[in-house]
Amino acid sequence: MSRVVAIAAGLNDPSSTRMLADRLVESIGRQSGDVSVEVVSLRELAHEITDAALTGFAAPRLQGVIDQVVAADGLVVVVPIFKASYPGLFKSFIDVLDADALIGKPVLLAASGGTARHSLAIDHALRPLFAYLQTLIVPTGVFASSYDWGTEGANALGARVDRAAAELISLLKGAGTGRAPDDEFDLFSESFLKASNPDA
Amino acid sequence: MTSMQFGLFTVGDVTTDPTNGTTPTEHERIKNTITIAKKAEEIGLDVFATGEHHNPPFVPSSPTTTLAYIAAQTEKLILSTSTTQITTNDPVKIAEDYATLQHLSDGRRDLMLGRGNTAPVYPWFGYDGAKAVELTVEHYHLLRRLWDEDVVSWEGQFRTPLQGFTATPRPLDGVPPFVWHANIRTPEVAELAAYYGDGFFANNIFWPKEHYIRLINFYRQRYEHYGHGTQEQAIVGLGGQFYIRKNSQDAVNEFRPYFDNAPVYGHGPSLEDFSSQTPLTVGSPQHFIEKTLAFADYFGDYQRQLFLVDHAGLPLKLVLEQLDELGEVLPTLRAEFDARRPASVPDAPTHASRVAASLASPVEPVETRSPVEPVETTEVSA
Repeated sequence: MSRVVAIAAGLNDPSSTRMLADRLVESIGRQSGDVSVEVVSLRELAHEITDAALTGFAAPRLQGVIDQVVAADGLVVVVPIFKASYPGLFKSFIDVLDADALIGKPVLLAASGGTARHSLAIDHALRPLFAYLQTLIVPTGVFASSYDWGTEGANALGARVDRAAAELISLLKGAGTGRAPDDEFDLFSESFLKASNPDA
Repeated sequence: MTSMQFGLFTVGDVTTDPTNGTTPTEHERIKNTITIAKKAEEIGLDVFATGEHHNPPFVPSSPTTTLAYIAAQTEKLILSTSTTQITTNDPVKIAEDYATLQHLSDGRRDLMLGRGNTAPVYPWFGYDGAKAVELTVEHYHLLRRLWDEDVVSWEGQFRTPLQGFTATPRPLDGVPPFVWHANIRTPEVAELAAYYGDGFFANNIFWPKEHYIRLINFYRQRYEHYGHGTQEQAIVGLGGQFYIRKNSQDAVNEFRPYFDNAPVYGHGPSLEDFSSQTPLTVGSPQHFIEKTLAFADYFGDYQRQLFLVDHAGLPLKLVLEQLDELGEVLPTLRAEFDARRPASVPDAPTHASRVAASLASPVEPVETRSPVEPVETTEVSA
């Protein structure tokens, strides 16, 4: 059983970002009996995220969510698009993670926005961030504008949700990038070995 | 003689008092540091350590000058640093400065090595911050040789070579100052400390204790690996911070404006959340004693406890009052820690104990390399 965590970064409640996350979770569950998905909402962690940005450590509840995210086999990331990009709260959450926390993790990127004019934000804002984090990004990104919640047909939201979810499920079954965060001390690095060798 | 050492460590920041907007001048801050150090001796503390910084708002750029001045005005206090930058200081100058201070203070002296508080400090001194770990390792190996061997021929990556060099003065009684390595994230530093049987210090003030445990345990394991003793016998020091009053609500009310505006954690978590999540204690003396004693439950019995008191814009008057409060609980802290410590756990190292140990079991003199013979060059891969 693969474990996926969906991060919903909407700031409102109720939130169309959360609705999109729920659609993706439903689709993953419908298409695979072998993946469990838990949803975390960043709104409830807003104060802890700001505190962690200032103090350098996470309070217990935020640390629990970070541990959950880092331990997941894959991620679904759903953000609202404000001012041409993701909200600062979402970036602050990413910033409090260790630099290598998400290495190699398959990640499905999705975004909600008021109009279709934001639809490339996944590609110009989210994709570079997750490339920097060395994740394995699902090719299909899912953008939902307000308009998408009332459309139907081959390119309707539901079809794109299912396509992206299927791609994530497929990646979860594969060998991935072969890389994962390495939490062990490297006792054989050059600098480590020199510590016990004054004559090196 | 006390088996565990208690003391103060200061960062030396010039911070505005948020309750009245007053900012001490650098002159006042430096003079206050001296007053605080003398007070530390007066209330029966064992150690006073100052930081080393080369940027505002910090004043202690020249720790050995300040510590020599304090040594001249105190009798028992051990002077130390928190920390001396092993990265950007020339190891030759560290060897000379701290050996001189050792003589002037009659051995009341050790030092704590660290890397540096701000990235630009490396280029300011002509180094590359990306090589901080390599600098630490190479500089410390050289520092050890300069203290442990009378004549040193050496070459390395970061410093001009030495041929037949003798660092003067030689360490007092042939025993160099004890070295602590301050570290919270770099395994190389724990390895260095363990290899040489030096002390290991975790600052233990700004983060939950879970952040320090892994490296302390790693240091303890490697200390045993290198044959200096069991893991329990490794030499560990911890930081801590407090604000105490007989009535705990007074402590909370007085400290809150300083906490809320402090440079490190201000404008973030509440005082209540931060003190429940980190080693900060704000409350009654009894609460402080219990929370400090619990450090040993978590990190194992240890040798040195330093407290940060003069920070966050606290005026000198409140700092001195806090030291009076500390002085009152100090006998209890000592007794409680002594009561729980097994006999197999060593006392905190002092110059006297180290001289006695070296007389009891003289270390094989390290074979000094003749300055006239060509230095054996080892291939160093880049």
